[in-house]
Formats: sequence, C-alpha cells, structure tokens
Amino acid sequence: MNVIELERASKTYPGGLQALREVTLTIGQGELVAVCGPSGSGKSTMLHLMGTLDRPSEGRVRLLGHDMVTLSDRRLSAVRAHWIGFVFQQFFLTPHLTAVDNVAARLLYLGVPARRRAAAAREALERVGLGNRLTHRPHELSGGERQRVAIARALVARPVVLFADEPTGNLDTASGAGIFDILWKLHEEGTTVVVITHNTDLAEAVPRRVDLLDGRLQ
Amino acid sequence: MIPAPARLSAWDLVAVGLAGLRARRGRAVLSALGVAIGIASMVAVLGISAVSGAGLQEQLARVGTNVLTVGPGHSILGSEASLPLESVARVSHIPGVVGATAIGYVNGATARRTDLIDPAITNGVGVAAARLDLLATLKGTVRSGTFLNAATARYPAVVLGTYAADRFGIDRPGRQIFVAGRWMTVIGILDPLPLAPDLDAAALVGWPYAERELGFDGHPTTVYERSTDDRVTTIAKALAATANPEHPDQVQVSRPSDALTAELAARAAFNGLFLGLGAVALLVGGIGIANVMVISVLERRQEIGLRRSLGATRGQIRLQFVVEAVALSLCGGVTGTIVGLAASLLFAFAQGWPLALPAQVITLGVTAAVLVGVVSGLYPARRAAALTPTEALATR
Repeated sequence: MNVIELERASKTYPGGLQALREVTLTIGQGELVAVCGPSGSGKSTMLHLMGTLDRPSEGRVRLLGHDMVTLSDRRLSAVRAHWIGFVFQQFFLTPHLTAVDNVAARLLYLGVPARRRAAAAREALERVGLGNRLTHRPHELSGGERQRVAIARALVARPVVLFADEPTGNLDTASGAGIFDILWKLHEEGTTVVVITHNTDLAEAVPRRVDLLDGRLQ
Repeated sequence: MIPAPARLSAWDLVAVGLAGLRARRGRAVLSALGVAIGIASMVAVLGISAVSGAGLQEQLARVGTNVLTVGPGHSILGSEASLPLESVARVSHIPGVVGATAIGYVNGATARRTDLIDPAITNGVGVAAARLDLLATLKGTVRSGTFLNAATARYPAVVLGTYAADRFGIDRPGRQIFVAGRWMTVIGILDPLPLAPDLDAAALVGWPYAERELGFDGHPTTVYERSTDDRVTTIAKALAATANPEHPDQVQVSRPSDALTAELAARAAFNGLFLGLGAVALLVGGIGIANVMVISVLERRQEIGLRRSLGATRGQIRLQFVVEAVALSLCGGVTGTIVGLAASLLFAFAQGWPLALPAQVITLGVTAAVLVGVVSGLYPARRAAALTPTEALATR
C-alpha cells in the first residue's frame, strides 16, 4: 500500500516564492527514502506537505489513500498525532523536562492516559539505546543523545511514517552515524522513513533517493 | 479511517499549563503579584466592611432601635426652648412606654480637671443632671466604678462620659475634679453610649444635688423613652404633644438608632470608592498578565510549533495558554484573598468586633481572579493558536 502520494503538488508562498512545482511522488510502506538537494530547493517544503504541517497551493496530498487537502485543521492535527513522527534538526526538546517526560509529552495528544505514558516513553528510549539516560534533562545529554530522545519521541506513538528534516545537521560525524544507524534499524523493522540529508554517504547507501532542484524533482 | 483528535483530560491541561509557569518562575511570581494586590485590596475592603457592618449591627441589636428622644426645639423667637418639668412623667404614661428618663444640662456650669485650668477651656465637656434610670433606659454600661444611685445623687459625686474621661485623663474613679465651682468626686466612668453620643462628653451629676447646689432649674434638656418595638411609630407621633402640650412645635423628636442605621448605609457607599480602586488595581494586574502571556507566546513559538507537529489542535494550544493565564491569576488571587482576609480579621480584632469570615467575599475574590485570568489569557491564547505549524517552527 502507498503511504504517501504527492500528485502535482505545488507550494507558492505569499510574496510569490514558488518553493515546490508540480511534484508527483509516491512512497510505499516500509521504504527508506533520502531527499537530497541544495539549500532552497524545496526539500523542507515537500516534507511539510507530506507531514500535513502545511497545505499545497495546488495538487493533491494523500496519506494511506486519504486526501489530506480537504481535511479540517483539527483533523490534520489528529492525523499528525496518530500517523506521523517528526524529527527536526534543532531537536526541539523541552529544557526543564527529563528525557522520559519529553517523550511522554508526545502521547498527550494521542489521548494516552497519564499512567501509561511513562512506561511507553521508557520503552521508546530503550529502543534508541538511551535506557541509561531516562531521567536526564536535555542539557545533561550530548547532541547525539538529544536527537535520539527526539527520535524516541517520534517513535513512541508508533507512527505510520517518520519524517526527519536534516536530523544530523547539528551533529558531528560520529553522532550523525549513530542517528543513521537508528533510522536504518527502524527501516529494517518496517517503519517508513523519509529523511532530508546533505550526507552523501547516506544518500548513496539508501535504497531510494529523491533529488530536488528549484522545487522540481530531478 | 482518519483519526479523530483526542480530548485532553482536565488534569493534563492543568499539568501542561503549570509546566509552562514552572519554566519561568520569576516572571510568574511578578505577574501574579499584580493580581494579588488587586484582589487583596478588594477582599480587604469588602472584608473590613463585612466585619465592621457585623460590629455595628451587633451594637444596634444590643442597644435596640426602640428608643426615641425628645429634645427642645427652638421657639419662634429663636431662643432655645426647654421641656416642661413634668414631661418625663407624662411620657412614661404613654401606652407601650417601658421606660422614660431625662438629663438636663446645667446652664453655665463647667467641668475642669482642676481649678487652675482656665474656665474658658471646657474641652467641650458639659455638666448635666441625670436621672437614676438613665443608664438602664439607654442600655449603657459602666467601664469602671458605679453609676449614680439614690444616695450619691445627693452629694458632690460625678460620673464621666467616655470622651470626658479621656479629656481629663482619668481612667478610674476616686479622683476629684472641679465642677461648677466646687470639687466633686468621680465615682464612675461610662462606656460609649451609641444612642446618646452627646453624653459621652458630659459630666453627669445627681438631679437633686444639681437642683439644690448648682442652681439647676429642673427642666429636662432631653427625654429618653424606650417602648415596645411595635409601638415606636405610634409613640413617635404622640411624643411631641405629650412632652410639651402647650408648644408641641418647640419639641424635636428623633430616633437615635437612625444614626447607626445611616452609618451602616454610608459605610456601604464609602466602600464603593475603595472597591473601585481595588478594581483598577485588579485591571492593571490583568493587563500585566496579558502582557506577560503575549511575550510568552512570542518566545515560545518553537514550542507551539513542536506541539502542533506532535498533533495538538489549535483549540488545545489555545486552551493551554488560557489555563496558564488562569493559573497565574489564580495564584495571585488566592494569595490576595488570604492577605485581604488577614487584614480584615486583624482590623476586626483591633476594633473588638466579632471575627466573621465572610464566605461570599472569599468566593468573590477567587472568582474575580479566574475571570481576570480567562479574559487576559484569551488574546495571547488566540495569537498562539493562530500560528501555523510551519510559521511557528521556522522561528529561530
């Protein structure tokens, strides 16, 4: 089954900047896709459209066969909560919360009762190899560890697809490699992963690579 | 199936709101302070009014509202009239009257602490002859010593009103003071008389002694009459004609408890002013909260973007910020209510009034705080919810 379908999707920002031009792309269940391209080529815009954070100016976006363009903002929020996991370059962890609480915050908007959240968060942190950092706060963790907390937060809701927007952009090579290992492992376990990256090694290694230039697929 | 958004439990909402405050404690305390000051002043005003009202009412209940006074009015020529000698006896015969008594000021007599003090310095203290049943009729009490009795009323003995005693610096009986050109012994000091405040500044001497030794003409200045409650209005109409049948127009009848009732009403009007000031303080506090919340929204765009990407709906973001504002305001409100109550109880204690905990004032304080929180949180919350996820996340 196709997880994501973009059909002639375009995005024009107010002011006339055309970030994405008629992109048609289909991503199937369990794929690991690397999105490559220079800065300003529309990678993040495409990721935002696929992740329902933004709506296309024209064209269609479908998730699991459902049209996302016609959904209300409320429904889109629920789609993000249930189906989608995001990992950002800047981690976006809450500074005063522990690793467990940062991950558990994700389950709030899924309606998971408070008593079950911590256990699920611990399990997700163990999956990314942070079983020994459960009660650490972000400032007590290395960059690589912080990004792994962010991945655990994306995973804990068991999303249909994981979007990673330059997850290693703020990390050194070794930490970055660790993050890719985790993404690879998730792919092998069956999770659909879409990752924006400048890392050519990874881009060469992944089964599928999508190149963007000036908002168009190459 | 496209999923439906989850409902956040009230507990989760509160937890999220409080977490936002915990991250910025100093600022939370400062912005709650504004509301605390507003609520504290309002609660204190209402609380003090409540306890003082209770104090006045207690006083009213103790002295009763069934006393009427008959005083001399002015004659047509403008000279001060006096009451006939037999007016007390006549008033006491009106049906329903349970007690009638009188005092009569001794013309030209002064009371001084010693004979060395200039007679012109009277301190506003007058000398009056008093009937023996005066205190009982007015339900007055003696602070120290005794009131006049049949024996002391024939001798140079004097009972001081509370103000007169204060002026002379006398706090217990036994001292001699200089009254109407002779030394007299203070035998008692009265508590304040709510129904006859003018007697607080009087030196009271026995009626027979005043007639015999001080040249008192025996004409009452004021007749005090106490009746059964249901007869007060009827008696009030008949009183002038009974006390002075020849010149009922030269008699003034009044109900001294009206002054206390009026004071109760006046106090309520006065409170309005302070309440208004408290409301202004509360308004300023509310604006302070709104301000802090607007800044908070600007600073936390990334958090808002992250929460949207995690699946929070606009409504949930809005609610989060409203809850935060309400929590802020409520912290201030509860603190303010406690401070305001403490102030009013302290005031009541200092005045010797009954310690009443006004429940509706507490409810009002807390409700006002919640209301201020909701109103001041609404605008920042709407701004937070209006951000699109990508806008919010793009903030550096």
